Amino acid sequence: MQDLFQQLLIKQRGSEVIKTNKKEIREIITLEDVSISYGNFKAVKNVFCNFKKGKITSLIGPSGCGKSTVLRSLNRMNDLISNCSLKGTVTFDGVNIYDKRVDPVEVRRRIGMVFQQPNPFPKSIYENIAFGARINGYKGDMAELVESSLRKAALWDECKDKLQDSGYSLSGGQQQRLCIARTIAIQPEIILMDEPCSALDPISTLKIEETMHQLKKDFTIIIVTHNMQQALRVSDMTAFFNAIKDEDASGGKVGYLAEYGTTNKIFNSPKQKITEEYISGKFG
Amino acid sequence: MNSLFYKNKSKRGITDKFLTGLSSICAVIAILPLILVVSYILFKGGTQLNLDLFLLEPNPAGYADPGGINPALVGTLIITSIATLIAIPVGVGGGIYLAEYSKGGAFSRFIRFGVNVLSGVPSIIAGVFIYALIVSTRIIFGSTYSGLAGGIALSILMLPSVIKTTDEGLKLVPNELRQASLGVGASMYTTILMITLPAAFRSIATGVILGIARAAGETAPLIFTALFSYYYVAGFDDLFYEMGSLSVLIYNFALEPYDAQNKLAWAASFILVLSILSVNIFARLVSAITNKTKRI
Amino acid sequence: MKEKIGIFEKRNRYGIERNIDIIFKNSTLLLSSFVAIILFGIIIVVFSQSLESFSKYGLRFLTTSAWNPVTDEYGAFAAIYGTLITSIFSILITIPLGVGTAIFITEDFVPKAAREVIGFFVELLAAIPSVVLGIWAIFVMEPFFRGFFEFLHIRFGWIPLFSSEPTGRNSLLAIFILVVMLLPIVTSISRDTLNQVPQKLRNASYGIGASRWKTIFSVILPAALSGIMAGVLLGLGRALGETMAVTMIIGNSNSFSWSLLSPGYTISSMLANQFGEADGSQVSSLFYAAFVLMILTLVVNILAQWLVKKFSLKYE
Repeated sequence: MQDLFQQLLIKQRGSEVIKTNKKEIREIITLEDVSISYGNFKAVKNVFCNFKKGKITSLIGPSGCGKSTVLRSLNRMNDLISNCSLKGTVTFDGVNIYDKRVDPVEVRRRIGMVFQQPNPFPKSIYENIAFGARINGYKGDMAELVESSLRKAALWDECKDKLQDSGYSLSGGQQQRLCIARTIAIQPEIILMDEPCSALDPISTLKIEETMHQLKKDFTIIIVTHNMQQALRVSDMTAFFNAIKDEDASGGKVGYLAEYGTTNKIFNSPKQKITEEYISGKFG
Repeated sequence: MNSLFYKNKSKRGITDKFLTGLSSICAVIAILPLILVVSYILFKGGTQLNLDLFLLEPNPAGYADPGGINPALVGTLIITSIATLIAIPVGVGGGIYLAEYSKGGAFSRFIRFGVNVLSGVPSIIAGVFIYALIVSTRIIFGSTYSGLAGGIALSILMLPSVIKTTDEGLKLVPNELRQASLGVGASMYTTILMITLPAAFRSIATGVILGIARAAGETAPLIFTALFSYYYVAGFDDLFYEMGSLSVLIYNFALEPYDAQNKLAWAASFILVLSILSVNIFARLVSAITNKTKRI
Repeated sequence: MKEKIGIFEKRNRYGIERNIDIIFKNSTLLLSSFVAIILFGIIIVVFSQSLESFSKYGLRFLTTSAWNPVTDEYGAFAAIYGTLITSIFSILITIPLGVGTAIFITEDFVPKAAREVIGFFVELLAAIPSVVLGIWAIFVMEPFFRGFFEFLHIRFGWIPLFSSEPTGRNSLLAIFILVVMLLPIVTSISRDTLNQVPQKLRNASYGIGASRWKTIFSVILPAALSGIMAGVLLGLGRALGETMAVTMIIGNSNSFSWSLLSPGYTISSMLANQFGEADGSQVSSLFYAAFVLMILTLVVNILAQWLVKKFSLKYE
């Protein structure tokens, strides 16, 4: 059964390659009627969304609107929270990743994640990158992979002479780029970024944004950000999440996807009034 | 006169001074036993030390020459090692389950409760239990009292502290590290073995070493499981026979009316206390120093 | 995209690695359940071994103090009384000493370094094996207190607790050595609890002009009460089951006496003394006594844990 499922996955991937050759932008991950709850508390409800392949999509919205929750559901990171449950389907590569037969570890191998706080392993810079590749069964030249990943994350020049130093010897911004390099090294199809710059100073933030532009060539990126300017600067597509009072949430607020479109559209001619109010800084 | 000055003879001032004095007396009384016990043992046991002590068997009661405590010394090492070999895998494994896998459900709550209850079970009960389970049933190759049974009894006492330190040590590892590892596609077991356990290693090791030191001085679980032996531990087979230990030697020989045997008891106390205290001081110093320098 | 994934041979994680993950999880689950197995095992084994004596003597076992292997008549009253009296007296003496010490090392009467040394010494005291305290009690404490006991008997002999001629080893010495063993437990738990009392509570009290000791008695100690109580109960549990030092100094006599100056018995010292040589229904009677001891300590420990759980969140 498992093998059959794997074959299905591989077949799907094949067709995808053909289609992208036709220069058609395909959705890489699709949410259909997704609702996520923590125990009895409903965090997000009824989200429908297609994330486009090869694009940077940013998720914006006021705090508590569930954008991070949605991001974490895309590679089943929410599994680690004990009472978190998801309804609806998240389709990646033609497969509902919440299907019982899907192995979350495998999902995470193909959909990498960069977290809010830089979280390098307490190991050397080299090992930080080699670890992920090694557990994914990397067969090639490890030193080469480490170098190319660090280069892609624009960190190589700063740390090529101290690869054996602890990952903690780097500054906060460098640590975050190390975490990005670590994710690149496993060559995922999608990189999820959960407010990657919120703990960083403006200069480090700028560097990471440059890095993201470079990465766009090879990866699909989905980023949660609090900073609307950042969304405007880096992303092709923008999804605006909002939170409203909800009768199911027993008085609490529940998040929903208010508007989704190209960044240009969302920022310049939003369809919804609420989006416009948020973009113009009236709340949030 | 300014009323803000201390009023030397006010009732409040005197009561406060009296109570402060009282609490310092309490503190003195609390550390007095340690100083008295340790200094007396160092004096009384230190004077008995010689090479024969470490090499010879104890002489039977009535001899003027006490002999040595070699069998007990070796026995303590063996019995404590057996206990450690059992308690570490079981305890670390159990602690891993509680800290990494369990999600706060009824089972893990019950196990954590059980760990606390088990650590409160009197040590002699562990001895009684192993006596009934292993010694009287001759379940291990027909042997009755044995070093192996003693080690198993000791492991019951070590188990709760090993589980607890593993559980607490792993819970101190920041969740970000766990997510980082899972985020690059590591399985749970790789994450635990290669990321979280190494990160918690120091605190777990400190706790386990303190647990071993405590177990090495335990007597009650051994007196009717390992019993006692006057003879050298000569080979592997001796695991299945009565085995001496420093603590049981102290118990047996302190109650003998013969001076020679009392001397051996003092010498054994000296060795036991000195090694347990130095392990304690060393472990606590190391953890105090690393706590200051550690980055996470 | 396809070649890129090709260099990761474990990308598709079926087979061995997946199974290792499942096996690893389930073996840790199994190992953690050992705690429950051992705990239930102890209760079941000790109870089943005591059944013979239980059915023969019933509850009479708890109230009579005959202990006669020749006539096969057993009752554990003297041992139970000894266990309770030594534990209760020792914990009553330890409470003021331990809490006083804890206050001394949490308040700033002396520099921090000095307080840390005292705290460290108290913790080291907990590391001294019970049997070593026992030999020290026999050879140092007993001769030291001999004169004091004479004095107690002559002046206070009218109190039943001091009514008998003092003998060499007796229950009062056992109480003293128990105090030494309980001090570190009560002190360290009280210290931890006192440290957890939030600074803002202290400030509030100092802010309205309360003196230091007024603050300690009316604000800090009440806030820390449940933690201290839990420490006291844990100490009591330890006292009930403490074996070696008590066995060596209590004198081991099964004849009942009210007096603390005469030799006594506790359940654990009775077990330590007789278990090795017992046979027949004596063994079962010893298991019965062990069962009683276990129930006593279980009740006290569970109560302590309940206290900790109930009150630990109060100031968070």
